[in-house]
Amino acid sequence: MATVAIQCEGLRVVFSQRGANQTILDGLDLAVPLGQITTLLGPSGCGKSTLLRVVAGLTEPASGSVKIEGQSVRASQHKLAFVFQESALLPWRTVWQNVRLPWELRQGLSGQELESRIRTVLDLVGFKATDWHKKPHQLSGGMKMRASIARALITQPDILLLDEPFAALDDMLRSKLNDLLLRIVEQTKTTMLFVTHNIAEAIYLSHSIAVFSQGRIGEQIDVDLPFPRNSQVRSSPEFAATYGRVSESLIRNATV
Amino acid sequence: MNNKSPRWIRIGAPIGVFFAVAIAWHLAVDWFKLPPILLPKPYRVLQAIWTERLRLAQGSWVTLQASVLGLAASALIGSFVAILFSQSAWIRTALYPYVIFLQTVPIVAIAPLLIVWSGAEFRTVVLVSCIISIFPIISNVTSGLLSIDPNHLDLFRLQGATRWQTLLKLRIPSAIRALVQGLRISCGLAVIGAIVGELFVGNSGTSDGLGALMNAMQANLRTAELIGAILACTLLGILLFLGVELLNRWAFKRWTIDTGFESDG
Repeated sequence: MATVAIQCEGLRVVFSQRGANQTILDGLDLAVPLGQITTLLGPSGCGKSTLLRVVAGLTEPASGSVKIEGQSVRASQHKLAFVFQESALLPWRTVWQNVRLPWELRQGLSGQELESRIRTVLDLVGFKATDWHKKPHQLSGGMKMRASIARALITQPDILLLDEPFAALDDMLRSKLNDLLLRIVEQTKTTMLFVTHNIAEAIYLSHSIAVFSQGRIGEQIDVDLPFPRNSQVRSSPEFAATYGRVSESLIRNATV
Repeated sequence: MNNKSPRWIRIGAPIGVFFAVAIAWHLAVDWFKLPPILLPKPYRVLQAIWTERLRLAQGSWVTLQASVLGLAASALIGSFVAILFSQSAWIRTALYPYVIFLQTVPIVAIAPLLIVWSGAEFRTVVLVSCIISIFPIISNVTSGLLSIDPNHLDLFRLQGATRWQTLLKLRIPSAIRALVQGLRISCGLAVIGAIVGELFVGNSGTSDGLGALMNAMQANLRTAELIGAILACTLLGILLFLGVELLNRWAFKRWTIDTGFESDG
């Protein structure tokens, strides 16, 4: 059995708005294995992003617990990195300066070692050296997202949380960045918790898909497709069969 | 006006309007037989400006200095107050009503009091200019410091950034665009403040800015010279606005123009 990187137990999150309480997560349990991609799938507003924020320590649960490699979120926050739906790059900083930012805030790494690491992650996400000193407004949507992923990877996190990072991109670009994520997992063995609405993307990327139902995980489906994956896998019968299983699960869990 | 209009129209149209107004003014003075003391003809105004060019230039220089110092003081003090407001909701709640109060008190009403406290000096003119131009700075910069992209704030929280780091590396850079917008509004107010200050201080004979000059011209019924001084005041407002734009291009470019927020000023 794989080692668990993230363990959520009995998570409950309630938001109050104008005196009315809305339960977003209702006793959610989830185990994310180490070095794998687990995708959270479900309709809008089902609590996928909220779960990601709880794991990151950005939202406090009303009850329940999250353990990162056996430790509390607070104690292990430095092991995490977050990729937002929008690139969230600081517009007045160049790509290089944006990628450097986490180490400016954390301190502890500087000089040539930091420069070398910035070069490595920018190479890893496919950034040409000619674009390193461009500002975000000079970049395409895909390039901004690559820079955002590079910024997340600069601290060499054990766990990467991705909140619909490719939602605003076209299919071609999305497919390229999916391949990039697979390459990163292969090279860095980073655990990823990935949020998406896109079933095909979830299957292509994941070792396992967690389908939401009424503020809990209704079903966790293992994706039995071999790694390393490439675009040809999308046209395989196994992919189609998994697509059918996930679709049925989504419909079933949405109507529970 | 449509930016695609030919260049000669974009330059020629305002000049054409200027001459049309000057001709209408000239004809109106003749038609209504207005005495020069009430409304002199445009060429008389030009003559007066030429004759009084030295006094007007000296007065403009004094008023410009007071306006620039007043604006600089309001930018510094206003930004400092805004930073305080951004760091504590308690301070903001306690002090913001008084900032509004500062904005609503008619400066003409408190200028005499300021002269009693600070004397009929140049510094009082600067003080009036600062008081009248500070509100847009406080309001804009506070809003800029507080309206931060939630994802950026989350990013800083995730990295365990201190309050000081968040202020220096996120809030202040994010607010510079708002500061420039505040300065654009305040530069005109700074000139108004300096002239109002000089109108009061000038009576004591210790200021020779445009406001004091206008006081003297009005007392002597020198209407053509008075209109010349008014034109000089307008010119000062435009100069200060251009100064803010230059500051934006030279000093703040990295946070405003270079970020794609503004194409080219």
